[in-house]
Amino acid sequence: MKFSDLILQTAAKVLVFIIMTFSIYILFAGHHNPGGGFIGGLITASALMLLYVAFDVETIQEIIPVDFKVIGAIGVLMALLTGIGAIVADVPFLTQVYRYVDLPLLGKTGLGSALVFDLGVYLAVIGTTMTIIRSISEDM
Amino acid sequence: MTNLAVLPIVTPLLFGVLLFFVRYRIRLQMGLATAGTLATLIFSALLAHTVSKDGIQVLHVGGWEAPYGIPLVADMLAAILVTISSVVTLACLLYAFHALDDERKRNYAFPLMMILLCGVNGSFLTGDIFNLFVFFEVMLLASYVLLSLGGGRIQLRETIKYIVINIIASSLFVIAIAYLYSITGTLNMAHIAQRIAELGQDGLTTTVSLLFLTVFGLKSALFLFFWLPGSYSAPPAPIAALFAALLTKVGIYSIIRTFTLIFPHQPQITHEIMMWLAGLTMLLGALGVIAYWRIKQILAYNVIVSVGFILFGVGVASEAALSGAVYYLIHDMIAKALIFILGGAIISIAGTDKLREISGLIHFRPILGWLFFLSALALAGVPPLSGFVGKVMILQGGVQAKAFVLVALGLLSSLLVLYSVMKVFINSFWGETLLSEGEEKSTGKGALLPSLILAALVVGFGLGAEEILAYVRQAVEPLVDPSIYIEAVLS
Repeated sequence: MKFSDLILQTAAKVLVFIIMTFSIYILFAGHHNPGGGFIGGLITASALMLLYVAFDVETIQEIIPVDFKVIGAIGVLMALLTGIGAIVADVPFLTQVYRYVDLPLLGKTGLGSALVFDLGVYLAVIGTTMTIIRSISEDM
Repeated sequence: MTNLAVLPIVTPLLFGVLLFFVRYRIRLQMGLATAGTLATLIFSALLAHTVSKDGIQVLHVGGWEAPYGIPLVADMLAAILVTISSVVTLACLLYAFHALDDERKRNYAFPLMMILLCGVNGSFLTGDIFNLFVFFEVMLLASYVLLSLGGGRIQLRETIKYIVINIIASSLFVIAIAYLYSITGTLNMAHIAQRIAELGQDGLTTTVSLLFLTVFGLKSALFLFFWLPGSYSAPPAPIAALFAALLTKVGIYSIIRTFTLIFPHQPQITHEIMMWLAGLTMLLGALGVIAYWRIKQILAYNVIVSVGFILFGVGVASEAALSGAVYYLIHDMIAKALIFILGGAIISIAGTDKLREISGLIHFRPILGWLFFLSALALAGVPPLSGFVGKVMILQGGVQAKAFVLVALGLLSSLLVLYSVMKVFINSFWGETLLSEGEEKSTGKGALLPSLILAALVVGFGLGAEEILAYVRQAVEPLVDPSIYIEAVLS
C-alpha cells in the first residue's frame, strides 16, 4: 500500500531550515548563553533525522552524499588541532586565544580558539549520532 | 618543551584519528600506526629522562593553575608506566599486523588500539580525579569495541558481560567522586590529598575510600574478577595481549595512586582489607590457574594471580614493598603481553587451544618454544629474569610487616603459576608431534619479532635490575611521602 506523505514532507522541508538555523544559533551562542557544540550538534542531527523520517534513506543519501564516520573524525581532528596549535606555539596544551576583530559585516566581534574546538565537538556529535542511526537502519 | 607531559596522550590520539581517513588502505594504516606508536614511545622515554633529571613534571592544561585547571602530573611512576605501555602496544600492533584478519583491519582495529593507548597513557598521567574517570572511559570504550570486533558468538556474549560490569563500576566511580567532591570541594588529586590530610581521614572519608577500592578492584580484577577469564579469552590473541598487559594495570595504578596520595591515613582499616583481598585473589587465581586445560583460560587466570601479588605489595605499603610492587607491575606488563602473544601463536599454529590436542610443537618451532620457556620462567620469578626482583622485594616487605600467611600464599601462588605455564609448555612443545610438516594451521612467524622485543626486555629488566631500581626508587619517593607530589602540583 502506498500512501502519500504530502503533509509530512512539506512540513519537513520548512522545518528543517528552521531547526538548522536554530542549531547554528545555539552553536555560536555557547560562549555567553546556554548552548554550545554538543547541543548544537544534536539539534542538527535531529533535523537530518526528520529528513530521514519524511523521505527514504536512499534519497537523503543522494542529497547529502557524505560518510558521517569521516565527519566525526574531522570533528575530533579539529578539536585536537586547537590543542596542537598550542603545542606548536609552546604554551600549555589547549591554551585559548581570544581576540576582538573587526569583521566586514558583523563589526567588532570576539573570536576565540574555543570556537574551533566547539566546531570540532559539533561535527563529532553529528558524525556519531548519524553513524549510529544510519547503521541501525541499514541492518534492518 | 612545556608540553612534554601531554605528548604521550596526544600523539596516539592524533594518529588514531588520522587512521580513520585511510580505512581501506591497510598497508598505509600499518605504517601510520607503527609511526604513531614509535613517536609515543620516543616522547614517553624523553619524558622519563626529563623526570629523572629535573624531578616531577607538571603541565597545567590551558594555562589554568592548579587547583582550578586540570594538571597533568608526570612523576617517575607515571613516566615509566607510560613508556612501558607504549612498548607493549607497539609489540601487540606488530603481532596484530600478522594475526588479525582483513575484516577486522578494515573495521578500525588499529585506530582503536591507538585510542586505547591514549586512554591508558592519560589515566597514568592525569592529576585530576574526574579526568581520571574520563580517561578510564576512553580506554574502556575502545576496549568494548575491540572485544566485540568480529562478532563471533562467544565474543558477543562476553562483551555483554564485560560492558555491564564496567558500566556498573563506572557509575560507582562517579558516585565515589561525587561523595569525595562533597567532602573536600575539589577534584584536583593533590588538593584533595592536602585537604584530607588537614581534616584527618574520618569514618565517612574511609568509607568513600573503600568505595574507590571496590571500583578499582572491579576494574583491575582484585577479588571481584569473575568477569575476567571469560572476556579475556574471547578476543583474538593480539587484542587479548593488549588487554592483559594494560587494562588491569590501570586499575592497579589507580589503587596505588589513591591509597598512597589521598587515603594513606587509616592503613589499619583500608590497607588491611586490601591485603586480605589480595591474598584471596592470589589463592582463587592460583586455583583457576591449575584447574584448566585450555591455554586461554590458564593465561587469563595468570593475570588475576599477578594482580593479587602486586596489591599485596601495595597493601603492605612499606618502602621495600612499594618498590617491589612497582617493579613487579612493570615486569608484569611486559611478561603478560609476551606470554599472551606466544600463547596466541601456539593456538594459531595448532588450530586449537585444548592442551590435550597439542603436542610436539618444538620440532617445528624451536625458537617459539624456547621463548615460551623463557617467559614461563620470568612469570614465575626465576632469578636472572625480571620477575625475580619485584617478587623478592614484595616478599621482604611482607616478612617485615609480619604478614606471614600472605607471604606463604604468595610463594604458593608463584609455584602454582610456574606449574601452570610449565604444563602448557610441556604439553604443547614436548612429546610426539601430532602435526606432520606443513599441516600446521599457520606459521606463527608473525609472533617472532614482537615476542623477541619483549623477551629482550624481560631479560634486560632482570639483568639490569641495578639501573632500573634507581628509577623505581625515584618512582616510590612520592608514594612514600605524598607531600613531594602535592608540593610539585600546587606550588
